[in-house]
Amino acid sequence: MSNIFTVHFTTLLAIIGMGLATYSTRLSGLLLMRGVVVQGRLKAALDAVPPAVLMAVITPTVFMTGKAETMAAVVTGAAAFFRLPLLVVILSGVVSVVLFRHLI
Amino acid sequence: MTSFSKDFKSGIADAWPMFLAYAPIAALWGTLAAAKGFSPLEAMLMSALVYAGASQFVAIEMWGAAQSILLLIFTIFVINVRHVLYAASISRHMGDIPSRWHPALMYVLTDEAWALLERKALTQPLTIGYYLGVAFPLWPTWFLCSAIGAIIGKQLPDPALIGLDFAFAAMFIAILAGFWVGSRTGAVIIASAVVAILAKTYLSGAWYIVLGGLAGVAVAALLHSEAEA
Repeated sequence: MSNIFTVHFTTLLAIIGMGLATYSTRLSGLLLMRGVVVQGRLKAALDAVPPAVLMAVITPTVFMTGKAETMAAVVTGAAAFFRLPLLVVILSGVVSVVLFRHLI
Repeated sequence: MTSFSKDFKSGIADAWPMFLAYAPIAALWGTLAAAKGFSPLEAMLMSALVYAGASQFVAIEMWGAAQSILLLIFTIFVINVRHVLYAASISRHMGDIPSRWHPALMYVLTDEAWALLERKALTQPLTIGYYLGVAFPLWPTWFLCSAIGAIIGKQLPDPALIGLDFAFAAMFIAILAGFWVGSRTGAVIIASAVVAILAKTYLSGAWYIVLGGLAGVAVAALLHSEAEA
């Protein structure tokens, strides 16, 4: 086993490359919006980014993983619908997914 | 108490469940990295410099499979393209934060931090204190726990055993509900889900997030009528 503080040169290069690639995605969204006046249709489009992307992010977990995950998502969605506190909603999802995984 | 520290604490108060979720997932990633030959310092450097969980799991999966570093970097870029949308959207709510801070603040814009910040921005403009309270402490949580995982090795239980893998999806569902403003939101999320399912089924990698997101955004743009603006 290697030393705790070992750093291989090629590993470091890959890490720096992946880091720059990731930061470039975070920075370019900011730079894209510089000086852009957001109104009308563009505003409607940008306002839809959070719900549209959040839905896409959870889609494989909710619809394509298993019955337990789908049912836990329904429980979580119900908790969210009733505007329960964020932590309660998260806990309802975590607890129900464990239960459904055991039951199904 | 200054408004900075008040806002910072308010950010931490909103984000702390994510600390509990980040820690074991980061430790799990650290054990996988160690299994691929990463030293704890290398694992910590990667978590600190890349700081994008999903792409890190994919990178470790691909690691050492005789692929070029450039292909690895390109794959990570594709998985992380969604951040372009995050940054473009959240930057609209950062008008009260001096713009010289914006590039540095983007560095810690993870899925979870972004979702929490968008949730806050529904009711009030973001302050630098709140932004940092939500987004900054998650960063050392992630990279220190990655190092701990790499040191401990393979003795960690799978976070899925106690449902922690679902914590992220649950939080996104909670935040998604806050964006409901009527039937148009329904059209947006249905378009997003349908395209995400198709992309996940037929395309490899993480295109489903960007394509699903863009489909929802396109529907919102199409449904917009100038009369009501």
